[in-house]
Amino acid sequence: MTNDQIKQAVTQIISVIAPDEDLSQLKSDVALRDQLELDSMDFLDIVMELRKRYKVEVPESDYPQLASLDSCVAYLAPKLKDK
Amino acid sequence: MPPTHYDVIIIGAGMSGLAAAIRLAYFNKKVLVLERHYAAGGLNSFYALGGHQFDVGLHAMTNYVPPRTRGAPLTKIYRQLRLTPEDFGLVPQHQSEVRFPGRTLRFTNDFEFFVQEVIENFPAQKDNFLRLVRYIREYNELDLDAKPVSGRQVVSNFLTDPLLMDMLFCPLMIYGNAEERDMEFGQFVVMFKSIFCEGLARPREGVRRIITVLRRKVREVGGTVRMKCGVKALRVENGRVKSVELDNGETLTADVILSSAGYVETMRLCGDGGRETLGPLEGRISFVETISVLDEPMKALGHDTTIIFYNTGKEFHYEVPADLVDPCSGVICCPDNFLYDKPPSQSMIRFTCLANFDRWASLDEPDYAQAKAEWLPRIHQEVLKFVPDFRDHIVFTDFFTPRTIKHWTGHANGAVYGAPRKLKTGRTHLDNVFICGNDQGFLGIIGAMLSGISMANLHVLKK
Repeated sequence: MTNDQIKQAVTQIISVIAPDEDLSQLKSDVALRDQLELDSMDFLDIVMELRKRYKVEVPESDYPQLASLDSCVAYLAPKLKDK
Repeated sequence: MPPTHYDVIIIGAGMSGLAAAIRLAYFNKKVLVLERHYAAGGLNSFYALGGHQFDVGLHAMTNYVPPRTRGAPLTKIYRQLRLTPEDFGLVPQHQSEVRFPGRTLRFTNDFEFFVQEVIENFPAQKDNFLRLVRYIREYNELDLDAKPVSGRQVVSNFLTDPLLMDMLFCPLMIYGNAEERDMEFGQFVVMFKSIFCEGLARPREGVRRIITVLRRKVREVGGTVRMKCGVKALRVENGRVKSVELDNGETLTADVILSSAGYVETMRLCGDGGRETLGPLEGRISFVETISVLDEPMKALGHDTTIIFYNTGKEFHYEVPADLVDPCSGVICCPDNFLYDKPPSQSMIRFTCLANFDRWASLDEPDYAQAKAEWLPRIHQEVLKFVPDFRDHIVFTDFFTPRTIKHWTGHANGAVYGAPRKLKTGRTHLDNVFICGNDQGFLGIIGAMLSGISMANLHVLKK
């Protein structure tokens, strides 16, 4: 997956988890938590959806790496390069 | 042939079990829900009798917030279960009341209205009450590691008027307290937020709507529910449940058991009664409820209040009564009095009072029927202090007792809210057995779903 595809994939996952949030103005360099109402349950769901959809494992100690869309891309790119 | 193996077996198709099943199956776990009865819902179920449709449990759903309210438990549930507000179709209440001799506190789904009611009725308590509200707002009742503290003690650090204290405790205890006389402060906060800060609502079709939605969702995401399929025993080896034996003799295995049967009840399935004495851990709070179908809505008789929590005694006593029923306090619920677009297909009124399980359980069949016949008019006599006389409009009445509750929920003593001591983390002394639902400690329908979700997340998905 390209970086853009990864960004899209994560945004798509957030839209499923939090359909009540407006994602059209999402800034990729700002923490998701600062732009959206996401709690720890929602972050767990991002991880779970990544596993379900792309068979990517994110250990709990790496959750902070999913803070913003940019950091998601940086963290997920090597894991998703062949997908 | 080896027994069928599951990732997770869930005991009980109530709100918590179904919610847990949705989470787990959605994330590709092989999940089986086992339900002893032919109806799902557990404490919150529905039935038909005499050609009428009845709900058990659900008077109103607490925790109501308008769609898209951020951060609220109800919003969390929609998200976690991948449901929408339209799925539940919740209709907000009109107005409810707490009524004690000489004093009435009205409340709506607008918390500020309730704050003003308290201030007007108890002007001397104004600052104390506002300080208590701030403390409650900031309290993290979802902290799974919090130590239990006495609610009466904490609240008395703020309020100095025992009548106001009782009027706050009354609805919160009746709607969700397993303990006699006192209420753990975390539970008090959960209930305070869910009833006063948030609010009451109900689907026009009653609880069947919620259960139908949850069951449909379980199916959609690939979970299985087996009805009329009780668990006879959990076979334990080396601190783990090795296999699950069903009433029909079948044996199944699972990596994890999530039980909504209650803590004591689950331990008894493990044949583990000797480990600690389980009897004293049982809950004792139970109720009778009468549900009458009316030929006219209560509104036509001049009564448009949704729910009344009442107490006619000098003090409010939340404890197992010595007699079969304590009619001096209870709940009056008019399921018609929610703000529906069109009225429900049948009009009803429901009364709920504290009751003594042992007394009801000891009656033989003729005496049992006789006791119901005797108590119905006594309850009516008491509630007529608060509602217009509806008795000529009764078409049909059903009356259920702690004995009925035990039959349908399997809870020892028909204890509606389970055991007083809650296991917030859901952990038991067995490595792969976790408790969800009532005895985990999030109460009410929304609480039950949140409990199933949290335990599924914590003990299975996060692993």
